[in-house]
Amino acid sequence: MRRNPQLNKNGELQHLLSIEGLPREVLERVLATADSFIGVTEREVKKVPLLRGKSVFNLFFEPSTRTRTTFEIAAKRLSADVINLNIAASSQSKGESLLDTVANLSAMQADIFVVRHGSSGAPFLIAQHVKPHEHVVNAGDGRHAHPTQGLLDLYTLRHYKKDFTRLTVAIVGDVLHSRVARSLIHGLTTLGTPEVRVIGPQTLIPTGVEALGVHVYRNMREGLKGCDAVVMLRLQNERMRGALLPSAQEFFKHYGLTADKLALAAPDAIVMHPGPMNRGVEIDSSVADGPHSVILPQVTFGIAVRMAVMSMVAGASA
Amino acid sequence: MTALPDAEQLCLQLADAIRPQLTPNTAMIGLYTGGVWLAERLHDLLGIAEPLGTLDIAFYRDDYHQQGLARDPKRSKIPFSIEGRDLLLVDDVLFTGRTVRAAMNELFDYGRPARILLAVLADRGGRQLPICAQYCGARVEVPAGARLRLRRTEEGRLSLQLEHAT
Repeated sequence: MRRNPQLNKNGELQHLLSIEGLPREVLERVLATADSFIGVTEREVKKVPLLRGKSVFNLFFEPSTRTRTTFEIAAKRLSADVINLNIAASSQSKGESLLDTVANLSAMQADIFVVRHGSSGAPFLIAQHVKPHEHVVNAGDGRHAHPTQGLLDLYTLRHYKKDFTRLTVAIVGDVLHSRVARSLIHGLTTLGTPEVRVIGPQTLIPTGVEALGVHVYRNMREGLKGCDAVVMLRLQNERMRGALLPSAQEFFKHYGLTADKLALAAPDAIVMHPGPMNRGVEIDSSVADGPHSVILPQVTFGIAVRMAVMSMVAGASA
Repeated sequence: MTALPDAEQLCLQLADAIRPQLTPNTAMIGLYTGGVWLAERLHDLLGIAEPLGTLDIAFYRDDYHQQGLARDPKRSKIPFSIEGRDLLLVDDVLFTGRTVRAAMNELFDYGRPARILLAVLADRGGRQLPICAQYCGARVEVPAGARLRLRRTEEGRLSLQLEHAT
């Protein structure tokens, strides 16, 4: 059997490319490690010396503010040197290939590549070509995966709800274009979540998604009943081809999360959103800022989760 | 080989040795995992008012680049300001001194204590750094390659055990 390209011969995480295919123990180890980093982020001095002398290259072929910034903060809190490359404005526009860009950065002594790319699979390609001491972390590739977002969602769920094996989780909205949804679904099923629902219009739910072990609901009120957590997704206008939706207003009417729809979920349900959110499109302001919302804690947890991932991969030999 | 000393007995002796030198400024910090068990016991025996601090030095180890990140790090918790305090650092076994160095590095990221003293249940020698314990339950001869560690039963009883390399 071919080994999972993310794991070394001891089964340790050496690249993080996708939650799909990662064993339960590895996911649990990331969550446990992130939990101890939370302690660090609550201190006066928020740095530990683990990655001192290491270089983290943030390779963002697609724009991102939150993810890039939280990776940068996480790397700095591990004492790494961080180099941010805005590729859209650099060599690729002059015709350099992806692997040539990476080879050049490797010659500058990189240790970790954090990669965001519009094409699914780009981080896999890079991971296949890096040197043994170099590590790749996928920060979102096309429609495929966004594993650190999935992991921080899992961390958030565990923080508020403790036990995955008793949860009902709904993922609502533009599942079709969402790498976040895919990563989260794989993580939830691996950790034994009994009921994962996806809710959205037919045009925004990928065909065959049931094969991932989820239940599909077209009617949001039906789908929200009894949910312990509601994960709202951003309507990804920039990835839409053709007319999948009549209008944003129409979408909000059927699939926007409002207080009266949320009332159908469990009384202590939490509301999550990977951001950036469109108020009045997928979520109402009163919910986004309301008592059920854990959207801002998600951002804080994301730093600890990324610290965990980077310190785990950088410590795993090839 | 001589039998290992009784850990329960050593706890009481250690508490007796520490007691006369406690001040209102003393706070106690245990190192995971064995050091926390011992510290919980000493904290109780000595009736220290300040809650116990616990430290996991996983993020400060000097062998990270050889060994990678420890498997199950715990969250370090120091529920008081260490600024200007007399800290009593507690660990089960003192060996190379590298754990204590890492712990001191971590502590200084919380503040500047007035002084740090070290209490250990057993000292097995073999120091690789200039570190010594101010309070030590017993000196124990341990064959090279073997590991001396503290165990705790479900009932909370402490014992020292020798583990031979396989």
